[in-house]
Amino acid sequence: MADEPLVLGIETSCDETGVGIVRGRTLLADAVASSVDEHARFGGVVPEVASRAHLEAMVPTIERALKEAGVSARDLDGVAVTAGPGLAGALLVGVSAAKAYAYALGKPLYGVNHLASHICVDQLEHGALPEPTMALLVSGGHSSLLLSTDITSDVRPMGATIDDAAGEAFDKIARVLNLGFPGGPVIDRYAKEGDPDAIAFPRGLTGPRDPAYDFSFSGLKTAVARWIEARRAAGEEVPVRDVAASFQEAVVDVLTRKAVRACKDEGVDHLMIGGGVAANSRLRALAQERCEAAGIRLRVPRPKLCTDNGAMVAALGAEMVARGRAASDWDLSADSSLPVTDPHVPGHGHDHVHETAKENLYS
Amino acid sequence: MLLLALDTATPAVTVALHDGTAVVASSSQVDARRHGELLLPAVDKVLSEAGLRLDAVTGVVVGTGPGPYTGLRVGLMTADTFGLALGVPVHGLCTLDALAYAADVEGPFVVATDARRKEVYWARYEDRRTRVAGPDVDRPADIAREVAGLPAVGAGARLYPDTFPDARDPEHVGAAALASLAAERLAAGEELPAPRPLYLRRPDAQVPKNYKVVTPK
Ligand SMILES: [Zn+2]
Repeated sequence: MADEPLVLGIETSCDETGVGIVRGRTLLADAVASSVDEHARFGGVVPEVASRAHLEAMVPTIERALKEAGVSARDLDGVAVTAGPGLAGALLVGVSAAKAYAYALGKPLYGVNHLASHICVDQLEHGALPEPTMALLVSGGHSSLLLSTDITSDVRPMGATIDDAAGEAFDKIARVLNLGFPGGPVIDRYAKEGDPDAIAFPRGLTGPRDPAYDFSFSGLKTAVARWIEARRAAGEEVPVRDVAASFQEAVVDVLTRKAVRACKDEGVDHLMIGGGVAANSRLRALAQERCEAAGIRLRVPRPKLCTDNGAMVAALGAEMVARGRAASDWDLSADSSLPVTDPHVPGHGHDHVHETAKENLYS
Repeated sequence: MLLLALDTATPAVTVALHDGTAVVASSSQVDARRHGELLLPAVDKVLSEAGLRLDAVTGVVVGTGPGPYTGLRVGLMTADTFGLALGVPVHGLCTLDALAYAADVEGPFVVATDARRKEVYWARYEDRRTRVAGPDVDRPADIAREVAGLPAVGAGARLYPDTFPDARDPEHVGAAALASLAAERLAAGEELPAPRPLYLRRPDAQVPKNYKVVTPK
């Protein structure tokens, strides 16, 4: 088995049509077509709009990735695709394309987990993932704290949001402030000129009896909206920059505090942060500060690799090939709620590696 | 020539191979919920039955619907990607045309499939090869006058006997008919439509009316 496998990865779990190509842990191409502009006027991702856009964008995006990588599809060692979790209809477009592509080229197919891919992408930036690695994944769709000892076979959920994803809170507050969609980048921008201590917004699930690694952003969202509405009701001007900074601080304070605590509790000395919210400058800065203080090495990929993309899927696919994991079957289905504990969806044939990994997980 | 035909626009997941003279292998399964899982294995089965490999295919034809979107896209995406990987042309054909082509009806008739939400996708035909109206999506009662007195084929006709009292076979589309119709048209030098989906409806999307106020009144 090639130890530097050439793998093409397809990602369609949300609104980005991503096609990436990697050779082992080297990024060769990262082509993304986004339908984000089509969703903007709805203030959130509309699943059917995303699915329609994936169908239109897929073939040109594959072509673009091949050209960018300067490789021939014939030379691929495998085709990887996000099998879940994500929007069911959107996932199905990518899975259909990946299956047809792999089948037509006579290559093995690897249906992989979107969350594990978000972690694995860091290999393209910082080399082999340390084992174990703690991962904080934050985006409009996810807020999870995961521990992985082997990204191809063992990903354990430490904690997750019990209500909204962190990115959703950014979108919501941006809407309340009339700043448009998506909310992450614009809040980050305004926050830079604001005072993060101006308003004391609540930190969700940080009480002594609260779950140590779970998140909650719903209460914060409501508190910020109420604060703004009260100002408006009183006829006062809303200090947008201070609100943005104080809200953002509340989010990243909880995220980094819990991630660092999980690392300490589990004796893990590496933390990776992925997902679209990882592009947030304050999250990066505070995580860096707190990791340094705790003796933890922080790894955050460049922003383009943090948001959804095909390169992350290719990265995990390449690792599956390199470690000899079983390929998926041709009847692979898109699974909108694929458990985070399944880094990939092996075929029905015997796959002892996978079975063993599952046993270890619950021992 | 070797034409691969597939259609997932309706509950049928159907695949056929046509060598320019006749259909050499075909497969049809009816399962509205598993298009994604069933299609590729069906292609594989049809090829092995014919003793052929996919790279022998010289062209792909896919049913473009109309049909419920999620399933419809499985066939279109598969056809598009086959075309890319094999470097062969991909053609589209209206799914209702394939149903009409398989009908055994003299004179004018209607094709109707289930559009869900108490609606049908439908089209009117002068004969098996000639569509004269549609495809459209409507409530059966709203088109009763337009289809009155005409025989109707397709699962949509059976669902609404009040509107379509004279329902006939076939109930489901078969890729064999799709392949034969495409082969016939290509042989006649016709240009087939592009493989683009016939959604006939806008995506469901609510534009939020500002944000919801959270302060209790
Ligand atoms: Zn993601």
